[in-house]
Amino acid sequence: MKRSTVWGWFWVILGVLYLVIPLWGAFDFSLRAERDVIGFAAYARAFADDDFWRTFIFSNQMALISIVISVLLIVLTAYWVQLKLPQLRPIVEFITLLPFVIPAIILVFGYIKLYSRPLAVGPISLLPPLTNTDFSTNILLVAGYVVLALPYMYRSVDNGLRAIDVRTLTEAAQSLGANWITIMFRIIMPNLRAALLSGALLTFAIVVGELTIATFLGRPAFGPYLQLLGQHKAYEPAALSIASFLLTWGAMILIYFVTRGTETQTTGAH
Amino acid sequence: MAFLELSNIRKQFSSNAAPAVQDFNLSVERGEFVSFLGPSGCGKTTTLRMIAGFEQPTAGKIAINGADVTHIPANKRRIGMVFQSYALFPNMTVADNIGFGLRVAHRPKAEIEARVEEMLKLIHLTNRAKHYPAQLSGGQQQRVALARAIAIKPELLLLDEPLSALDAKIRVSLRTEIRAIQRQTGVTAVYVTHDQEEAMSLSDRIVVMSEGRIEQVGTPFEIYNFPKTQFVASFVGTLNQLTARVVDRTVGTLDLEGQQIVGPKLDEAINGEMISIALRPEMIDLDGAGKGEAVNHLRGRVEETTFLGSIVRTRVKLRDSVISFDTFNNPNLTLPQRGAEITVVFPREAVLTLKPSRGTVESEI
Amino acid sequence: MAQAAVAPPKTSSDLIARFGGIPLAWVGVLPFFLFALLFLVLPSLSLFTGSFTAADGNFTLQNILDLSRPDIVSAYTLSIQISVVTAVLGALFGFFIAYALVMTGVPGPVRTSMVTACGVASNFAGVPLAFAFVAALGRTGFITQFLRDTFNYNIYDHGFNLYSFLGLSLTYLYFQFPLMVLVMMPALEGLKREWREASQNLGASSFQYWRYVALPILMPSILGTMILLFGNAFGAYATAYALTGGRLQLVTIQIGAQIRGDVLHNPGLGYAMALGMVVIMAVSILAYTWLQRRAARWLQ
Repeated sequence: MKRSTVWGWFWVILGVLYLVIPLWGAFDFSLRAERDVIGFAAYARAFADDDFWRTFIFSNQMALISIVISVLLIVLTAYWVQLKLPQLRPIVEFITLLPFVIPAIILVFGYIKLYSRPLAVGPISLLPPLTNTDFSTNILLVAGYVVLALPYMYRSVDNGLRAIDVRTLTEAAQSLGANWITIMFRIIMPNLRAALLSGALLTFAIVVGELTIATFLGRPAFGPYLQLLGQHKAYEPAALSIASFLLTWGAMILIYFVTRGTETQTTGAH
Repeated sequence: MAFLELSNIRKQFSSNAAPAVQDFNLSVERGEFVSFLGPSGCGKTTTLRMIAGFEQPTAGKIAINGADVTHIPANKRRIGMVFQSYALFPNMTVADNIGFGLRVAHRPKAEIEARVEEMLKLIHLTNRAKHYPAQLSGGQQQRVALARAIAIKPELLLLDEPLSALDAKIRVSLRTEIRAIQRQTGVTAVYVTHDQEEAMSLSDRIVVMSEGRIEQVGTPFEIYNFPKTQFVASFVGTLNQLTARVVDRTVGTLDLEGQQIVGPKLDEAINGEMISIALRPEMIDLDGAGKGEAVNHLRGRVEETTFLGSIVRTRVKLRDSVISFDTFNNPNLTLPQRGAEITVVFPREAVLTLKPSRGTVESEI
Repeated sequence: MAQAAVAPPKTSSDLIARFGGIPLAWVGVLPFFLFALLFLVLPSLSLFTGSFTAADGNFTLQNILDLSRPDIVSAYTLSIQISVVTAVLGALFGFFIAYALVMTGVPGPVRTSMVTACGVASNFAGVPLAFAFVAALGRTGFITQFLRDTFNYNIYDHGFNLYSFLGLSLTYLYFQFPLMVLVMMPALEGLKREWREASQNLGASSFQYWRYVALPILMPSILGTMILLFGNAFGAYATAYALTGGRLQLVTIQIGAQIRGDVLHNPGLGYAMALGMVVIMAVSILAYTWLQRRAARWLQ
């Protein structure tokens, strides 16, 4: 085993270098905003920008809404499928695979095509054009985010439900006289805390930096703001890039502490 | 000279923990079937893995057929091994699994095919040659694992609790098959198990282990009838363990909770001291069951009678302790009733005096 | 769906349930299916029908046929190329790192840190990643300057350009290989110790063990993850756009341009391109699912 440990270190060090060098490069660059001075001026300027706060807060709001809707939708569905309709499991799992087949750019393309006109079945109009108002476009935005997070949220919740043997818990609760709402909010959700938190953090990580859907729906989100910033400035984008990295890192560490040993989740490219 | 020789083997995993194996000395003859028997954690698997080469002994020497193999890597020892979890390669067919050892030795294709044929016939699975392990039952997988290990014509066959993962019925039929194949091929075998029935039915000799040490080595007959320590006596077979006071050591009279019995002469005891004795259930009988004049009588009260099929096991409360004894089922005899007074008899030889074991004592009752 | 013999309806909810033909038990999954319908299925169908619609609204296959236009074919080719390159390189690099972490004597804390680092890196994509690479490897980037000042070697003078195929590949690799590490580690851990011991026992060398036992068993996982990496890169838009701003004509970039303003002068063609992408991704996912099942069978 000794000879192979040398090789082991070789690959690990190589990997660490690849991960660290670009970050270090960005960090170093971000400190040189002022000529001949190493300082955090770029950060100060970046955080002083009103647009930064406007878009950052907007994205956080959207993230929060997406998380809530995601949690409600998926916990209900996963619970229902596990308990009452296990035969639907293949269909539901197929649907959770669809976001891989339909990446964000295609998704938003479809939203724009479909929802710039009223959603109609024959002569009956079911929905007005959702792209017309800010509020309704936000609906599309949130829907897009929920779709993006769907595979990871579902897998997280599904594993969580399996781990707590949800059927037995429900039956025990019912035999003690609990109704559905009590069961859902006082028994199922608290026991799913780890799964929900990790899913929520992952959704947060996806949403805050998301560019594609936000840009094409024309919403004032953080991703488009960053992108625009990069076209005019040099140091501030690097600073925000580092800040964004730290944010993601913080979210991952939280996820690690919350899940401690269960399956790791990744989202891949955007 | 013995075929497999383990001398002063000692294995310590970390310097501040107790050794996993110590003072292990054993000579195994060619063609012999030896079992390592003991509870979990007694060191039997560790010793086996040292023979195989997967662990290195901290001290001591292992020799096979005269050659010192202690520091030879595992893949050069020409030892076949059968694992508890079968360890069949899931990506290969049964035939490919069996032929793997010959393939890595670059044997000619014709030779491999012939040998695989031969092995398949030996384990009666000729029609499954092209199947994958996942398609076989546990018992079938284990037979393939056995064939794979023997195909390379090893000098030594090691088996690590190969039957533990199988159903009871399969266990019995497969162990007979294993023994038959071992006899037929004449390979020397070392078998690890915690099941004493398995060890007794398969082995030429048994090595009883506890807490890293050898408690006793002997034939199944010797181990069962003449256990040397409390541990061996309690681990192999059921046993009534009692304490009695020595009355007269030259004659062997003992006071057992107020009643007098006679056991073997005691050379090492002092009159008046308390010693450990054991009574085998099958040597105790009901008074008046017609076995002739018995030396020892014990009076007590029936606590429980359990009907086990061909055996009836009765528990009798003496003054402080409870002893159990077995009688053969006889439809014409009435079973002792709960709460009834009862007298049991046993000969002098039924009383065993035991040394305290070097490991912990396990009571079977 | 084993239902007991149906009793005659007693309450109004029974009536409604039977009227719809849908058992009441389905009400819990209705929100999900409704959501999927509105925000996954219908948009996709819309694109699908759009690709078969001509400018005048009639059915046509011309859009699909137009996909063979050289500029479109080259876009697909470029996208596939970059996806394959980053998938293969990411898979190889990631595999060796996973192997290093699982099977060599690298200490525990190093291993945990590396796993966390990979978790972060595989989620760090899009605009921030692009900016980090610009700050590192751009014309005035940290590494560029370091190499110029220390070794007197200006990579840009020697033909390197971050805003190129090579530059984008390097950027993509940043999240590709960590993803491979994260997926391969459980797979490598799933290799039972007894398999190696059994093969040693039967006389096999380390090389023979890997060649005949370990790699064949791992192959479905390796290939499956490679396909996952491929899909990952193929569908990526944000990172590519943030880095190259549309210079590299990938399929996703072209579709983005099409959404902004009908650069193809044919909406149907844009939809057909999207359809083409979905087909490629669907084939990838099918291959991936099939390989995953194979892997699960052996590593159980």
